[in-house]
Amino acid sequence: MSNYNQEMIDKYRGNFLKEVQDNVEEGDWVKMCMQCGVCSGSCPLGPHWDHPPQEIFMMIRAGKREEVLESTSMWMCTSCYNCIARCPRGLPITHIMHGLATYSKRLGLAPQQQPTAKFAQLFWDNLTKKGRVNELKLGLSLYFMNGIGEGIKTSLKMKDIGLNMLKTKRMSPMEYFGGHSCKDTKGFQAMLKKAQELEEARIGKSGS
Amino acid sequence: MSEVIATNQTILVVGGGISGMTAALEAAECGKQVILVEKNPSLGGRVSQLYKYFPKLCHPKCGLEINLRRIKANRNLRVMAMTEVTSISGDAGNYSVTLKTAPRYVNENCTSCGDCGNAVEAEFDDEYNYGLGKRKGAYRPFNQAYPERFVLDPAIIGTDDAEKAKAACKYDAIDLDMTEAETTITVGAIIWATGWKPYDAGKIQPYGYDRYQNVITSVEFERMLDPHGPTGGKILRPSDGKEAKDVAFIQCAGSRDMNHLKHCSRICCMASLKQTTYLREQYGDDAKGTVYYIDIRAIDRIDDFYQKVQNDSNITFTKSKVASITEDKETGNPVLHGVDTEGYHRYSNPHELVVLAIGMEPSVPADGFPMEVVLNEEGFVELDEANGAFFAAGCSSDALDVNRAVQSATASALRAIQVVNKVAGAEG
Repeated sequence: MSNYNQEMIDKYRGNFLKEVQDNVEEGDWVKMCMQCGVCSGSCPLGPHWDHPPQEIFMMIRAGKREEVLESTSMWMCTSCYNCIARCPRGLPITHIMHGLATYSKRLGLAPQQQPTAKFAQLFWDNLTKKGRVNELKLGLSLYFMNGIGEGIKTSLKMKDIGLNMLKTKRMSPMEYFGGHSCKDTKGFQAMLKKAQELEEARIGKSGS
Repeated sequence: MSEVIATNQTILVVGGGISGMTAALEAAECGKQVILVEKNPSLGGRVSQLYKYFPKLCHPKCGLEINLRRIKANRNLRVMAMTEVTSISGDAGNYSVTLKTAPRYVNENCTSCGDCGNAVEAEFDDEYNYGLGKRKGAYRPFNQAYPERFVLDPAIIGTDDAEKAKAACKYDAIDLDMTEAETTITVGAIIWATGWKPYDAGKIQPYGYDRYQNVITSVEFERMLDPHGPTGGKILRPSDGKEAKDVAFIQCAGSRDMNHLKHCSRICCMASLKQTTYLREQYGDDAKGTVYYIDIRAIDRIDDFYQKVQNDSNITFTKSKVASITEDKETGNPVLHGVDTEGYHRYSNPHELVVLAIGMEPSVPADGFPMEVVLNEEGFVELDEANGAFFAAGCSSDALDVNRAVQSATASALRAIQVVNKVAGAEG
C-alpha cells in the first residue's frame, strides 16, 4: 500500500490538485470552488469537522497533501446532500468527500481510529464473507469496535432492543453460528476478486 | 384615441424606463419619428423607484424630471402608456407591429385632482412600493407619473367604487366604457427596452424571504427611504415597525448561482454599498451594517466608493456566502448562519433586519417575445444580425447599472437611426 503512496508522490511531485483530479471521484470539480463557504455553513455536522469542505478544497489547491489525505474530515460526511443542493457552482461535494476518503484509504493514509472508516471496514469484511450481511455479527462487531469494556457496556444498554428483535423474529441468534449466505459464495468471491483486479488495472496500481 | 401615424421611417421604442426614455429621446431629438410604448400607466420604470443612485448619490427624481421635460417638449415623440406589443412581423425597415392598449378608464380631461381616489374605498398592494404599502382603486402610480393622469384598477370596474369615482370627478374625466384597443402600425426599427425584474427572493429557500418578515430585498429597502414611501423614509422592521439599526446585507442573493441566476447581476454590490450609507445617514453612530459577500465587484471609479465604505468603522465586511437564515422567535431577529472564508470561523449572527441584494433577470421571459429573437443563455437579447432591426437597450440586453443602461440605450438609438436613414435613402 505504502508503495502505491510513494508511486503517487513521485508521479505528481507536489502537484496535489492534479493528483486529486486524476485519482479522486469527481476530483475534476475541485478547481471550480469559488470559496463562498455555503457548503461548510450548510453541513449539519460542520462543527465537528477539522476542516470543512470549503477549506479542504483550498488545502488541495495549496498542495497540503498529507494534511488532507490523513484528515478525518471527509470521513465525517453523512451524505445529507445539503451542500450539493446549495452549492452555487454545482460541485458534487458529497461525492468528492467520499472520493477523497476512498483515495486516502487506497493509499493507506486513512486515519486508523476514525469510527466511520473503521465501521466501513467491518461492514465490508462482514459482507464479503458470505455475500450477505450478517446483522447479528455486524452489530456485535460494532459494539466491540473499541474494545471489550465498551462492548459489554453498549451490549447491556441495547439488550432490550436486541431481545425484542429476537422476539419479533427480526434477528435470529442462529446467525451467530455461520449465518445465511448467497447461493454461490465461491462465485461471489471470484467476482469480487476479478473486480478488484480490474480496478487495480484501471488505477495503474502495480503488484500488491 | 386619436389615430397613431407611423411609417417605415418610424422607430418604435418598447419600454418607458430609463433606457427606453433615453433611446426614444436620442432618436427623436435627432429628428426621427418615435413611438414610445409602456405597459404600465406611467413612464419612469425601476429607476424612478430608487431613493438615490450611485456613485454620486443624487436623486433619480431629478433625472426623471429632466427626461419628462424633454419628452413633453418633443413633437417627434409620441408616448403610449398601458400598451403592450403583441406581435411583430416583417423585416428590418418594414415591420408590422400590433399594439394592445389596456383601458385606463380615465380620459385626457383628468387634472390629477385626486377626488376619485378619495371617493374609492377598495385598496390594493402598491406596485410602485413593491407591495410594502397600499394604494386606492383609483390612483396615480406615483407623484411624478407621466402621463399625468389617474388610472382605475380594472378590479373595481363594475363595482360601486367605479360609480363613486365617476360621481366624484368634476371634469367628466372618468369613462367606464373604455375597452381594450388594438392598433397595428408600421415601423422601420424597434428598440426593445423592457428592462429587468428582481429575482423572486422566495425561491432562495434557505434565506426564508417567504417565511421571515424581517428579511427583505434591496428594492424594498430602497422604497423605505422614500420620504413619501410606505415608511415615510424611515428604516423600520416590517414585523414590529421598530427602527432597524443593525442591518445585514447579503450579496449574490440569486445571482452567480447555478440554482438561480447564473450571471452576476452587476448592480447589487454597489447597491448594498450605497445602502450602507443610507443606514449611516439615518442612524449616525448607532448604525451597524454588515455586508456578507463572496467578493465585492466594484469596478473602475466605483472602487473609490467601496474604499470609502470600507473605511467606515461602523460597516463590517464578512467574506462568506450565508448558508441559511433562521428566526429568533422572541426578538424577531433573523439569525444568519455560515462559515467565513477568512479563517473558517463558524458564525450565527443575529441582525435586526436582513436585506437581500437581489439579482436582476430580464422582465420578459425567453418564451414571451412577440417575434423570434436571439437570446443568450440568461435570456438577455443578443446583438445578432438575425435580429434584424430589433435592438435591445439597457437591461433587456444585459444586467446593467443606470450609467451603462443609458450608454446601451444611446447605442441602440444610433443603430435604429441608421436603419431608418437607409429606408429614407432608398425611398428618396
